Amino acid sequence: MRVEGGIKFILLSEIVFPILLLIFGVYHGVMQVLYRAGVLKADSFLGIDYYQGLTLHGVINAIVFTTFFAVAFGNAISLYLLKKPLRPAVQWISWILMVGGTLMAAWAMFTKRATLLYTFYPPLIGHWTFYIGTVLLVVGSLLPFFFDWIPSAIAWKRENPDKKLPLAVFGVFVNHILWTIMIVPVAVEILFQLFPLSIGLVEDINPLLARTLFWFFGHPVVYFWLLPAYVMLYTMLPKIVSDKGKLYSDPAGRLAFILFLLFSLPVGLHHQFTEPGITNAWKLIHAIFTFFVALPSLITAFTVAASLEYSAKAEDPSVKNSRFYWWTRLPYLRLEGDKWLFSYFFAGLVLFFFGGITGIVNASYNLNLAVHNTAYVPGHFHTTVGGLVLLAFLGMSLYMVAKIRGTEVKFKGLAALAPYFWMQGMFMFSYAMMVGGALEGFPRRTNSGLTYLNPDSPLYRPEWVGYAQLSVVGGALLGIGFILFLIAFFGTLLAPKIRESVVEFPIADAYHDAPTPVLNNLKGWTVAAVLLAVLSYIPPLYDVTQRGVFHNSPAYNEKYPIPIKQLQQTEAQSKEVSLKEEK
Amino acid sequence: MDRAEKRALITALALLLFFFVLIVYAAKGLKIDLPTCITDVQPFKEGRLIQHAPDRYELQVVAKMWFFDFNQGQTEIEIPAGSVVDIYLTSADVVHGMHINGTTVNLMAIPGTVNYARYKFDKPGVYHVVCHEFCGVGHHAMMGKIVVK
Ligand code: HEM
Ligand SMILES: [Cu+2]
Ligand SMILES: [Cu+2]
Repeated sequence: MRVEGGIKFILLSEIVFPILLLIFGVYHGVMQVLYRAGVLKADSFLGIDYYQGLTLHGVINAIVFTTFFAVAFGNAISLYLLKKPLRPAVQWISWILMVGGTLMAAWAMFTKRATLLYTFYPPLIGHWTFYIGTVLLVVGSLLPFFFDWIPSAIAWKRENPDKKLPLAVFGVFVNHILWTIMIVPVAVEILFQLFPLSIGLVEDINPLLARTLFWFFGHPVVYFWLLPAYVMLYTMLPKIVSDKGKLYSDPAGRLAFILFLLFSLPVGLHHQFTEPGITNAWKLIHAIFTFFVALPSLITAFTVAASLEYSAKAEDPSVKNSRFYWWTRLPYLRLEGDKWLFSYFFAGLVLFFFGGITGIVNASYNLNLAVHNTAYVPGHFHTTVGGLVLLAFLGMSLYMVAKIRGTEVKFKGLAALAPYFWMQGMFMFSYAMMVGGALEGFPRRTNSGLTYLNPDSPLYRPEWVGYAQLSVVGGALLGIGFILFLIAFFGTLLAPKIRESVVEFPIADAYHDAPTPVLNNLKGWTVAAVLLAVLSYIPPLYDVTQRGVFHNSPAYNEKYPIPIKQLQQTEAQSKEVSLKEEK
Repeated sequence: MDRAEKRALITALALLLFFFVLIVYAAKGLKIDLPTCITDVQPFKEGRLIQHAPDRYELQVVAKMWFFDFNQGQTEIEIPAGSVVDIYLTSADVVHGMHINGTTVNLMAIPGTVNYARYKFDKPGVYHVVCHEFCGVGHHAMMGKIVVK
């Protein structure tokens, strides 16, 4: 499918803009390991302080980059598979909202007006532009789905009444349906609690309610990051392994996506296991659902492995009858055609294997007491969102940029090596974080170099030193991997154009296929998912608004132990006093 | 669904079920349970350590910017080994965390609520208490120590 003009600009910039921000995000990731280990004993470096940088690291890497990519990927998938042009008006409005919102929030964070971390828990409160910027980004990311992809899918269906929606489109749709639903609670939190508090419209709020609404969004969002990567694993990975490669089973893919739709939402309390004010029976119920949501990932593990086996055997029939030997026929480090992309998926899958296992530990109700908010948690999710998700998104970004710009992938060797540096670095980093966190209680979200890892501090904890040092080595390898990627990415972006600008994907056929009328009923499953989510949240919401909460809390900012309102009053009073004295 | 797929699905389900049974056993059998909804204790303003019996204590902790108030402003307390302590926790300002390293006491301190855990301090030694939720510029310097003699 050819692209040109405005649509080409929009698709390209939706990929390039977040990667430019990601450079800062990853830079500060490397800084964090240095601060934490006490290599850098400081509050701030080059004008960015630790927690401000950590806020930017979380927001850019986990919210901005992923959201932009999901929209760019959805646009490209819808364009390529439904073969309907994108609607410029919708795309421009969405682009302006997303870029404008991001810039607003970035301004607040870069000027130290919103040092809240990416979870922005009240009663810590930031500048209103942070909240409204986030809302605009999110609203902008929903528009293409409702006003572009859905109408295109309806038109496609009319032309192809007896075909089912292509699996990649199906996955993208499930992802955006999920995204739409999870936005509702966090939008309520922002628009009715945080924004009014930030501009002084209300004096106090209920922080436990805010946290509950946040995690109603905060868990499903991890699947919003993950599902585009799963779409690639199902529909593209087999084709990358071999031109004759096939997806093992199309219905299995659809089943996995529907299970995600159902069970991603009623699980948010697993982030609140250690919180007061919520009856623990409900925490246990959310824990059960969390185990259910591990099921589609286990299905995916099977299907991906089976597809790899099928494709490797199709590529090289000499391993046809061997049980394990086909593993040696995968293109681990190959530069022909699009095979370099395999490195990204393979390194991502290896990391994700550990991400899945360690995630089950987090979800395990009382076992969570050993790991909650320790460094274990970032150790875990850097192998998921910082592993498979990031690598799949980076690889696909490079692939799409080459197609859309009409260039060759430059520095292919570096591009294919980068994921392995990343994988090795992440192993060391995550191992250090997880073991230090789970066994020794090393906390997350802490500039530990100033106190815990500073031999001159009364809080010195020598047992954490080794872990922090190992994470520095890991962080350095991660940084090298990322630089290798950037060389290939910008080399490709700036290379001379030699082909038409196109949007194109290597889509594999399915080996097992069957009609799946029940699974394809997206409307029905959406209703079921909403019902399940609402039912599972009514009792905890009752707890956090009625039973377990005693009074409301005023806003603080990150510097002062005095409520903001009082602080402003005392500031005004002291000004008056000094004015009087001058007179 | 072919045979291999079916087998994989059943294995996955069995594995998850097995894990879950162990969790429920640990929670209800071994009584390692999570905090629950406390409805009968008002948030308090000051930390207090109250001795109810030679080896029974009640500890009311107020987490605030930027220390743990264990007992009328003290950040360090001493209790005899073998004591059973009922720990109540609230926050005087923003959200804090409280992890007593080396124990299963891992709680969030949220303004307007009271959190609770019971722990038996069998082993003598120094128990470091760490705040693990970002609570402002002094977060990494929050003091707290429990000495078990
Ligand atoms: C060079 C690569 C990276 C390094 C060295 C790195 C390092 C770190 C460290 C040390 C922390 C914990 C800081 C603390 O809790 O005090 C952290 C947090 C985090 N990282 Fe990374 N990171 C990297 C890349 C990424 C990527 C690619 C993503 C996501 C796509 C990511 C997402 C996050 C998130 C969401 C947090 C949590 C922030 C919070 O707790 O508020 N990181 N990172
Ligand atoms: Cu979660
Ligand atoms: Cu803190």
